[in-house]
Amino acid sequence: MDFLDVAWRLAAVLLAFLTLPLLVGQAEHKVMAHMQGRVGPMYAGGFHGWAQLVADGVKFAQKEDVVPAAADRRIFRLAPAVALVPYLLVLVAIPVAPDGGVGQVVDAGIFFVLAVLGVGVLGQLMGGWASANKYSLLGGLRTAAQLMAYELPLLLSAASVAMAAGTLSLPGILDAWQWWWLPWQLVGAFVFFTAGIAELHRPPFDAPLAPEEIVFGPLTEYGGLRFALFLLAEYAGIVVVSALTAVLFLGGWHGPFADGLGWLWTLLKTAALSFLVIWTRVAWPRLRADQIQRFAWTVLVPLALLQIALTGVVKVVFA
Amino acid sequence: MGLPGSGLAKGLAVTLKTMTRRAHTAHYPDVQPELPARSRGVIGLFEENCTVCMLCARECPDWCIYIDSHKETLPPAAPGGRERSRNVLDRFAIDFSLCMYCGICIEVCPFDALFWSPEFEYAETDIRDLTHERDTLRAWMWTVPEPPPPDPAAEEPKEVSAARKAADRAAAAQAAEAREHAPGPDAGAVPGSGAAPGAPDADGGGTSA
Repeated sequence: MDFLDVAWRLAAVLLAFLTLPLLVGQAEHKVMAHMQGRVGPMYAGGFHGWAQLVADGVKFAQKEDVVPAAADRRIFRLAPAVALVPYLLVLVAIPVAPDGGVGQVVDAGIFFVLAVLGVGVLGQLMGGWASANKYSLLGGLRTAAQLMAYELPLLLSAASVAMAAGTLSLPGILDAWQWWWLPWQLVGAFVFFTAGIAELHRPPFDAPLAPEEIVFGPLTEYGGLRFALFLLAEYAGIVVVSALTAVLFLGGWHGPFADGLGWLWTLLKTAALSFLVIWTRVAWPRLRADQIQRFAWTVLVPLALLQIALTGVVKVVFA
Repeated sequence: MGLPGSGLAKGLAVTLKTMTRRAHTAHYPDVQPELPARSRGVIGLFEENCTVCMLCARECPDWCIYIDSHKETLPPAAPGGRERSRNVLDRFAIDFSLCMYCGICIEVCPFDALFWSPEFEYAETDIRDLTHERDTLRAWMWTVPEPPPPDPAAEEPKEVSAARKAADRAAAAQAAEAREHAPGPDAGAVPGSGAAPGAPDADGGGTSA
């Protein structure tokens, strides 16, 4: 692996990291608008408001960088970076195409990805604590509770796939993937995707943010570029969780003409799942904090354990 | 109620269905709205009909109509007759910063000189520019659309029924006269128009109404 190869891969990952979340954000603008009988942004950029998020970014960059007087300044300023950077790191390890179509092959890929994914949520915790604001603290505590509750089903359902494939490497899992894993791991896919949405605090699991109730929780005191980074982290999170679900449960680059068009299959599956994330936001109301907890412990965890049992039984009987 | 989770499925279905339909958004600055006749956009003045009776200005709840006029004397129509005087409109202005679009001026005008126009894009940057003089009000008159025809089962407009009653009366009078004269001219020597003093056609309608 020479220098040029590394540089090329990193540039590609960075490009994906900078464009895909914006694409998802723009899709959210437009999909949500049309689902509500509106048209969404129409002017920025000329054609159907395609440059709306660019315009938003310019606006955010112009704003004053305010830190509350009572805030823990260093933590407050660090928090957006802690929220955003982990998703970039996760993107490095996600395989896009067969035969080395991945930023960096990590042998214990699932471990790496899930561990780093958990760090992303810490950014919001830090923001909630450092803001010196009761809404932020409340949101931060809810974030912490939600992280505790949903990390477990996330790990258990991912473990089920690792068991099925017999490897922790993401490209290895894709190499072992067969189409009938789809029904076999269906419950696991549901648990993983749902828990992933919950970790991102996307509706219907957005009680930690709850703009109508606690004014965006940990993000209350943020404005300008730092707030934009938090928003970017949310959309990068959607991309990462959708891509991980696609890779672990939907076969990633598997599909017709996978040798040449593998990357397209990965992107399509990721896009479809991102659409699902947006769709649930439009269609469903927010769960209360206690409902979120109950859903995790009484539905997702048992389902994940059931999936592991099923995976184990099939693995022992057929292998 | 029904199955648990059926509400969630319904929510997904409704949003997806809405997404496939056309949005309700009105693309206003790009596409002009189609407003119905009598929309309360602005008030147009048809000054030929105005007799400067001042009813509109007096009835206006917030006194936003300004009318100035002077009297002119017309020479007698026939020699030896009396001189006629009439009002001539000098100024007719409506202050749209005061107007509350109640439409009382239009309702009260006995001569149909004021009309609702759907025109609505007359915002100004200075509130004093919202007082529009008669030339602007007249220009708006040409944007007044033709009123839609009444419903098929609607009561007849009273102008139409009055006119028809008059016409019917005139026709009846004419018919009666024709009957009176019919037995007389058996030879057909005297034409109907020869029997002059009874009923001149046009005049008969006018006097009976």
